[in-house]
Amino acid sequence: MKLFGSRLSTPALIGIALLVAIVGAGLLAPWIAPYGETDLVGDVWAPPSLAFPLGTDNLGRDMLSRLLFATRTTLTVVILSTIVAFALGVAIGFLSALIGGLIDQLISALVNVIMAVPVLIVALMVLAVLGTSVPVLILTMGILEATRVYRLARAVANGLIVQEFVRIAALRGEGWRWIVWREILPNAVPALVAEFGLRFCFIFLFVASLSFLGLGVQPPFADWGAMVHDNTAAINLGGLAPFYPAAAIAVTTIAVNLIVDWLLSVHARPAGIKE
Amino acid sequence: MAPAARPGWPPEPLHLLLYGSGMARFIFSRLAIGLVTLFVVSALFYLGTEMLPGDVATAILGQSATPANVAKLRLSLGLDQPSWLRFVNWLWGCLHGDLGKSLASGRPIATLLLPRLGNTLFLAACAALIAVPLALTLGILSALHEGKATDRASSALSLGIISMPEFLVGYGLIIVLSVHLGWLPSLGTVFPGMALGLRLKAMALPILTLTLVVLAHMLRMTRATILAEMAAPYVEMARLKGLDRRRIILAHILPNASGPIIAVVLLNLAYMVAGAVVVETVFVYPGIGQLLVDAVTKRDLPTVQACGLVFAIVYVGLNTGADVLALVFNPRLRHRR
Repeated sequence: MKLFGSRLSTPALIGIALLVAIVGAGLLAPWIAPYGETDLVGDVWAPPSLAFPLGTDNLGRDMLSRLLFATRTTLTVVILSTIVAFALGVAIGFLSALIGGLIDQLISALVNVIMAVPVLIVALMVLAVLGTSVPVLILTMGILEATRVYRLARAVANGLIVQEFVRIAALRGEGWRWIVWREILPNAVPALVAEFGLRFCFIFLFVASLSFLGLGVQPPFADWGAMVHDNTAAINLGGLAPFYPAAAIAVTTIAVNLIVDWLLSVHARPAGIKE
Repeated sequence: MAPAARPGWPPEPLHLLLYGSGMARFIFSRLAIGLVTLFVVSALFYLGTEMLPGDVATAILGQSATPANVAKLRLSLGLDQPSWLRFVNWLWGCLHGDLGKSLASGRPIATLLLPRLGNTLFLAACAALIAVPLALTLGILSALHEGKATDRASSALSLGIISMPEFLVGYGLIIVLSVHLGWLPSLGTVFPGMALGLRLKAMALPILTLTLVVLAHMLRMTRATILAEMAAPYVEMARLKGLDRRRIILAHILPNASGPIIAVVLLNLAYMVAGAVVVETVFVYPGIGQLLVDAVTKRDLPTVQACGLVFAIVYVGLNTGADVLALVFNPRLRHRR
């Protein structure tokens, strides 16, 4: 099987299969989940049985059904945040590289300052002021991660601007729109796609951490991190309830990482170097 | 995650002015940049949290407070002053050890924060003592055996750990070591005056969790740093001379890669301080991360600002240290003209 003109490695195939399964499970949740998302169907933290394949949660809801429905919340929040991060980061990064000069220096300095402090700490400070809601969560993470995307987009664009084909396009009188859309963007796609996967993983773990701290997605909605948060007390009773959502998080990030690793190995290695 | 070199910054004339020539000058200017960054970060944190909607006086008194009471409290908190003046006063107070009062408990923040900062630094130091030597050894071994079974196993394992959220690692360790085997306590309860042995036993699981998480990152970055040097011309020369891989890596690459590797170590220590927020919550360990999370939940802004400042100091400090050490250990920059 081929993607972007290169053969897919076995780990990448496994990653794609896992990802398709997870997205499918989220899309089909209302039809394949044995119970409703909020139905109280059994005892608190009932052990796995035929009726409840993964047991029940802290309120006696079916774990498997909750997990399937939470896939939707989790993926929606993470994908929207990643898109915000990318739209902002790539747009400002490209513009910064094209304009150059003082504006470029100022934006870069601001980005460096934001990056000087861990994302989690900045996010906690923003959430302390604005309170926790899903739109705030998505925008906060999108803007904070955009700083990382900005750095990459700017570096890639700076590398491309000095290439002959861009100069030739400028000489033949093409406008800056043509240069960005037709010359720079297509050549930046491989690097940006790999970065998209990487950012997706970071944002994914980041939302999970915030929800786990009780500061991410709020009830009645739940993502996987919030489900871990709700079920932590089961641990000391020997229950496995918090493990299922945590494992779902790990499987998703591993799947995306496998694909990203393959993308990077195909595109980041200069031709001819093989070790 | 790791901040890389900053292309194009500072601009060329400023670069010359700041860096001039010589190591001492470079270190001095790097420290100055660190201080400026810290100042800007603290200003952004303080003014950002002040300017956003929500009034501190209303937050203390609640929604049902009379306007007269709110006005009185605003006056006593100095909220009538312009925000830049309050920032200067706040920063001046912080420099003198006065971090203000917590909105939630009314106690001075410094007395809440300092013991917890000590706990967090102790936790991070213990984890670093185990993780750093182990990560460097395994990273170098992994690079030595690139592509062989041992390298593949360590790559897969470390990728697995990196892909897991910190709390999964923590809960996994609790289930195995604490619930099933009963070897270690699942809660990191420590208090002042606790005997060192007992304290270390209570801290064993948090230390182990933090170690595993950082170990995976550090191992991968060490391996990548060494392998990145592989493409350099001097390595090709060494290979053409007929040197074996072990000698090329240990005698030729390692001295050149020591600067970046030290930077990797320090960056991961900085990462550890942030990762401690989650680990402390898992084990209910009384550190500064837990204080920050509690303060955010209660929207106790002065405490949040103080914690943010402390995290910024640790993070910017370690990042600056990484830059300086990376240069000190780079022989090519020792005789810079």
